[in-house]
Amino acid sequence: MNLRIESAAIDSLMVRLFDQIDEANMPWLIAAAENLRAAFGAQLIDLVPSYTTLLLHYDLHALGEADAIALIHSSLHNLQPLTNETGTLHAIPVWYHQSVGPELTSIAQRAGLSPEQVIEQHCSRDYPVFTLGFAPGFAYMGLVDEALASARLATPRQRVPKGSVGIAERQTAIYPLTSPGGWNLIGRCPLTLFSADHGSLLQPGDRVRFVSIDHAEFIRLGGDDTAMEASA
Amino acid sequence: MIELLVEHSLGFAQLQDGGRFGVRHLGITQGGALDWVAMQQANWLLGNAADATVIEVPLGGLQLRAQASGWLALTGADLDAKLDDLPLAPGQAFQLRHGQTLRFNSPKRGVRAYLATPGGFAADPVMGAVATVMREHLGGLHGNGRGLHNGDLLQGKASNAEPRTLPEGALWYPDDEVVLDLIPGAQIASFAGASLFAAFNQNWTLDQRADRMGMRLTGAALRYQGQALISEGIPLGSVQVPPDGQPIILMNDRQTIGGYPRLGAVTPLSLARLAQCAPGQKVRLRVVSQESARREMLNVISTLQAQGALPGLAHP
Repeated sequence: MNLRIESAAIDSLMVRLFDQIDEANMPWLIAAAENLRAAFGAQLIDLVPSYTTLLLHYDLHALGEADAIALIHSSLHNLQPLTNETGTLHAIPVWYHQSVGPELTSIAQRAGLSPEQVIEQHCSRDYPVFTLGFAPGFAYMGLVDEALASARLATPRQRVPKGSVGIAERQTAIYPLTSPGGWNLIGRCPLTLFSADHGSLLQPGDRVRFVSIDHAEFIRLGGDDTAMEASA
Repeated sequence: MIELLVEHSLGFAQLQDGGRFGVRHLGITQGGALDWVAMQQANWLLGNAADATVIEVPLGGLQLRAQASGWLALTGADLDAKLDDLPLAPGQAFQLRHGQTLRFNSPKRGVRAYLATPGGFAADPVMGAVATVMREHLGGLHGNGRGLHNGDLLQGKASNAEPRTLPEGALWYPDDEVVLDLIPGAQIASFAGASLFAAFNQNWTLDQRADRMGMRLTGAALRYQGQALISEGIPLGSVQVPPDGQPIILMNDRQTIGGYPRLGAVTPLSLARLAQCAPGQKVRLRVVSQESARREMLNVISTLQAQGALPGLAHP
């Protein structure tokens, strides 16, 4: 960890801790978020953790930049990673199928695998949730096997249906809401990942294991099986 | 308490307030009135709290009919508003009587008008705010992120107003060239020297692609020479530069994290002004220090609350 604090806006500072994406960053980032929330209290407006940084938005009525920087330094002094495994392990059901995951076969072809092998690979490891962003409850997870890595679509789709499971480079995610998007889609999850009442199912530091389900199970769990062509 | 029936709407007019805070780590954007100065002025005209819920009307195309009489205040853009058939200039509190209509036609000056009512317009807050964010399906009259639609019924939360008068010239409209103050930061050191010169010494043109998420500027392309970035949180007003070199100023409905290099962030006061600029507007970027920007901001907020106008105007 190498702490740097950078000016980001009239009331925001970038707290930079690392330079590479690494699962080992997570316990440090979670610990840093906890300390910063405690130190700033009501003077904290928002704290946005990402892979290597935390963007800290403070109340400019209460604090000047120099005060905020001093407070960050003191709250992160002697920072210890949160070693206890606090994150939840989620088993997330996914119906992997070409009709709802149009890139399933192209990823398989590129990797020299069958679609079944791609599914097996995608389900074969626990993915940590690195951060939430892009859209409410959109959890950036990874890293998928090198063989499955896929560049984003050259032209993003105008409409990616809610629940779509995608891959971008070595990251994987589930679209919590229908939205535009450029990730390669391989299947669809029937669960609700975000609601205004319950917030986000997935939290940074959680782990996710994808579980392949069949069409009947997908429908039983409330999934919408409208094919991509029809829903586009 | 006023009751307004939406008789005609293009769907872009929407309820806004000061924005949604404390939930950005969940991927939820801040939202809120783009021209927060005009929103505060509309509320000031009625003696409301500064960020009581208002209607943000971009460009026009909205007609409201009073089903119960009440007070309203109009600020921001001049959208050729008509109370029945009479012209209604922005910058005043007024009463709309039962049966009368208020119509916003098309922009004469500025882009976004703000309409306030005593106590604010009624709607259940979602995650702490009424701010409508269409992309996120959050907030607004029905909580689902929709803009105002034909047949929607809006109600005020109070009937008593303490109507006030704004000083002459209190509303701001763009000139031929608008200056936007930018606090340098982020990756500014990794742009080519010539690009930094170009960033602050050319006239930029506001592109057609300008909305509540971001406002794109076109001009001589800026070249970033640093490494590819890992996505990180992006503050309000960030000026991000994608590979095509054309900057995008990120507004209230921006995504919460992003991976394009940034020059720094435009100040909130300049963002309020940008909200009134139409595509084709010439803008310049000017560097300011964080400290002087904060001093100005604190002064602006206290003067707005006291007199409804920006500092230079309140003390001529």
